[in-house]
Amino acid sequence: MTTTPTRPAAAEVARPERPEVSPPSLLGASLIVVRRNLIHIKRMPELLLDVTIQPIMFVCLFAFVFGGSIAVSGSDYREFLVPGIMAQTMAFASFIVAIGLNTDLDKGLVDRFKSLPISRASILVGRSVSSLLHSSIGITVMALTGLAIGWRVHNGVLDTVLGFALLLLFGFAMIWLGILVGSMMRSVEAVNGFMFTVMFPITFVANTFAPTSNMPDWLATIAEWNPLSSLVQALRDLWGNGEPATADSAWPLHHPELVTVVWAVALTAIFMPLALRAFAARSRD
Amino acid sequence: MTLTPAVEAIDLVKRFGDNTAVDHVSFAVPAGTVLGLLGPNGAGKTTTVRMLTTLSRPTSGTGRVAGYDILDEPEAVRRSMGLVGQAATVDELLTARENLWMIGRLAGLPTSYVRPAGDDLLERFSLTDAADKVVKQFSGGMRRRLDLAVSLIAAPPVLFLDEPTTGLDPRSRNDLWDVLRGLVGEGTTLVLTTQYLEEADQLCDDIVVIDRGTVIASGTPTQLKDQAGAASVVLTLTHTADLERAESLLRSCAPEVYVEPAARRLTAQAHGLDDMTRIAHAFADSGITVDDLGLQRPSLDDVFLALTGHRAEETGGDDLDDELDSLEGATR
Repeated sequence: MTTTPTRPAAAEVARPERPEVSPPSLLGASLIVVRRNLIHIKRMPELLLDVTIQPIMFVCLFAFVFGGSIAVSGSDYREFLVPGIMAQTMAFASFIVAIGLNTDLDKGLVDRFKSLPISRASILVGRSVSSLLHSSIGITVMALTGLAIGWRVHNGVLDTVLGFALLLLFGFAMIWLGILVGSMMRSVEAVNGFMFTVMFPITFVANTFAPTSNMPDWLATIAEWNPLSSLVQALRDLWGNGEPATADSAWPLHHPELVTVVWAVALTAIFMPLALRAFAARSRD
Repeated sequence: MTLTPAVEAIDLVKRFGDNTAVDHVSFAVPAGTVLGLLGPNGAGKTTTVRMLTTLSRPTSGTGRVAGYDILDEPEAVRRSMGLVGQAATVDELLTARENLWMIGRLAGLPTSYVRPAGDDLLERFSLTDAADKVVKQFSGGMRRRLDLAVSLIAAPPVLFLDEPTTGLDPRSRNDLWDVLRGLVGEGTTLVLTTQYLEEADQLCDDIVVIDRGTVIASGTPTQLKDQAGAASVVLTLTHTADLERAESLLRSCAPEVYVEPAARRLTAQAHGLDDMTRIAHAFADSGITVDDLGLQRPSLDDVFLALTGHRAEETGGDDLDDELDSLEGATR
C-alpha cells in the first residue's frame, strides 16, 4: 500500500505544519455534529420515512378508514385528527434520538467524539437539534397533508405560531427521554422494542385519535391526564379544530396551554438528569 | 527527544464491581518509541488504553500523556493524542473526505488546514480514489486505513491503537505495520495493544505483558525471549513406530524431552548448535529416519507460555473486555 519502493517514504510526503489547535466551542462542535446528522439524512432519505410516509399513512388510515366510525362533536373528524397526529409525531422524536444515539454508541463513534477536545455535551446537543429538525420536517409534511384533506387553521397568526411552538417545546422534553432510552439500551433492536411497547399505548391512550368521552371512565381519566392530551387539546384550541374540552373532562384539558408548558418543563426536569447520568455511565467507566 | 516520557501509566487500577480489570499497572513510554501492551483477550489492555485516553476514569492511580495528567488535564490530553479504537470508528454514511473533515474540525483545526491535510492522508493511505465514496462501500482494510487517517488528521504526537490489525488479512496487516513504522520515523509515540506476538515483535521497542489485569513482564522483545530460556531442537520422525526408540535416544542427549505423538514430533532442550549437531549425529547413526530437524529460538509465544502457563491466543470466543463493557452499563 504505502511503501512500495518507488513511492516516496512517509516522511517525504509534504504535510502542512500542525497549526495551533483551538477546540471548537459547544455551539461550534454541536453545529458540526448537526451537519453530520443532516448528511446522514441526505445519504439515506429513507431515514425520513418515519416522519413522511408513516404519518401520511396514519392520516389517511384514520381519516378514511376509522374516521367514519368516530363521532366528534362540533368538528369534522379530519380537523380533529391532524393536531393529534402532529403531537404523536413529536412524541416519537424521542424514538429518533434514541435510535441515533444508540447507533453512535454501538459503533464506537461516541468514543471517538469523546476522545476529542470538545465539550461532551455537544454530542447530545447536536443529536437533539438534528432530531428536532427531523421531526419538524414531519410536522411540515403533515400540515401539507392535512391541508390537502381539508384541515384548516381557523385562528390568527399568533395562535397558529404558538401551537407550533408548543409542539417544539414538547419535542424538547421528549428528546431527553430519547437520550435516556438510547443510552440505557444495549442495541438498536432493544430501543425499537422498548419504544414501540411504551410509546404506542401512550400516544393512543389520549385524545389523539378519538375523544376521551367515549372511553370507560377510569381510562378517560388516565387519558385526560396524559401529557400528550394536554398538547393535543392546546393545539385544537389554538387552531380552532374542534370544541373546547367538555365540562366533565379532567382539569388539565381546561387549561391545556399552561399544562402543556408545565408538563414539558416537568418531563425535562425528570428525564434530563437521568439521561445525562445514563449517557455518562454508558462510556465513562 | 525529551526525558519526560510521552506516556506514563502510574499505578492504574480499574474495578467493575468485584471484578478488577486492571490491577496496579505502571509503565512509561519514551517519546518517539513504540510500546506494545501484549496479552490475551480480557487481560485488561483495552481498559488500560481507555483510562489513558480519558474515556474511562481510573478507580485509583493516574497517568500522563504528553506530560498532561489524565485526571487533572483531560482536555489537554485529548488535544495531544489520537485514538484508533478496536472497531473502525468511522461514520459509515459519510464519505472518506467528510469523515476527515468532521473529525478535523472537531479536533479544533481550521478548514483551510483540514482540506489539504486530509487529501495528503488519503494519498498516503491509498484512499484517494475512494475519497468521495460513502464509507459503507469500503472493505474492512480500507475502513481500518481511513480510521487511522482520521486519527492522524490533527497530527497528534501520541497515538493509541487498540488491536489495530485485528481482522485484517496478512497483506493489509503488513501494510499497516509499514505505515506505523513511518509514523514512528516522524517522531510519533505509539502505544498499541495486541494479542499477536508477531506484531509486538515486529513493531515494538518495548513490550509490557499483561495477564488478568497485572503486568507480568516487560522489556524489549529480545529480553523477553531470553527470559523464556534456552533454544530447543525440534525433530519430526518419518515413522510413528520409531517414536519410543527416538525418545530414549533423545533423552540420552538432552535433559528435557517433550513428545507430541500425533505429529510424530519431539522437542528437546538444547544449548546452541553443538547440541543440535550431537543430536543429528546420534540419529544418523541409529538408523531412525527423520523428516525434519531444526533449532528453534524461543518465540514470544514461548515467552507467554513460560510466564503465564497458558498460550496467548488460546482464549478465543468471549472477550472479557466486552463483558466488562456491558458490566459498565449495568452498574451505573
